Amino acid sequence: MNFAVLQFPASNCDQDAVHAARLLGHSARLVWHKDNSLGDADAVIVPGGFSYGDYLRCGAIARFSPVMQAVKQFADNGGLVLGICNGFQVLCEAHLLPGALIRNRSLQFRCEQIHLKTVAHDSPFTSQIPAGKVLRVPIAHGEGCYFADAETLSQLKAGRQILWQYCTAAGAVTDAANPNGAIENIAGICNARRNVAGLMPHPERACEPLLGSTDGRLIFESMLQTLATPSATLAA
Amino acid sequence: MPNIRLVFAGLARIAMKAKIIITPKKAVLDPQGKTVQSALEHMGYQGVAGVHVGKYVEIDLAPGTDRAAAQQALNEACHRFLSNPVIEDYKLEIE
Repeated sequence: MNFAVLQFPASNCDQDAVHAARLLGHSARLVWHKDNSLGDADAVIVPGGFSYGDYLRCGAIARFSPVMQAVKQFADNGGLVLGICNGFQVLCEAHLLPGALIRNRSLQFRCEQIHLKTVAHDSPFTSQIPAGKVLRVPIAHGEGCYFADAETLSQLKAGRQILWQYCTAAGAVTDAANPNGAIENIAGICNARRNVAGLMPHPERACEPLLGSTDGRLIFESMLQTLATPSATLAA
Repeated sequence: MPNIRLVFAGLARIAMKAKIIITPKKAVLDPQGKTVQSALEHMGYQGVAGVHVGKYVEIDLAPGTDRAAAQQALNEACHRFLSNPVIEDYKLEIE
């Protein structure tokens, strides 16, 4: 499979995303934000970083980059798009995902291993995650607090769009396990159609034992499994 | 008595300025605001009931810009880009 990994000015987790895809035996290439085409991509990764210096708001300027037109088209056609950290912020700003990410409630930049509980297993991003398995993945963000108004939140719940919540190592969703104040400990969500997802943690940095966890692989393997079996697509 | 031609010539060259204030919506957590409030209180300022930290954007408009068209274009720019309506409110003034 071919992954297209976007590159905005000041994206800095793009190389890690390419590396993760290649580690899993697939191909990946960087797509510069000014390109109008994603090439023959099977899936798109919008990587982490500080695109445009986080000026105005995180992802606010990147969302208007030319390549985002191609991403929107790709998503409208049912293609899989995964936004990681700044990528999640870009997708929310682009309205490909609902809600917004704001400053961590502690005002601290949190750079640490956290644990994720998978809330919905029926998505192209979670299908290969065993039930009950707690994922250990790193975060590195200052503005990862997910916010959505009451109406949006109830839509997310009704649509089973909350994919991951911050939890303890034992899988309990508690306030202490919430690194940034996100409502309902939401770490990642998908759109109603289930082909676009975003999460604040970095699964691409949890794909090899050297970095302390290989749990991130399960997210990419879910995407690969979905791509390999088009008739079994989970898109609504 | 001022020279009328000079007065009108001057007005045409006065550039308009858009002033935009962007603030977090009340429903949104504002830890910056709370921290600043706490600091003010520690500094001894009393009677601070609340603090909200926002953004101020100034846009210089080219001389001769039509005010009504600018108002409409800027409102759209504020809604689409300069503010995020999910988490922010904005106030636009053109002078």
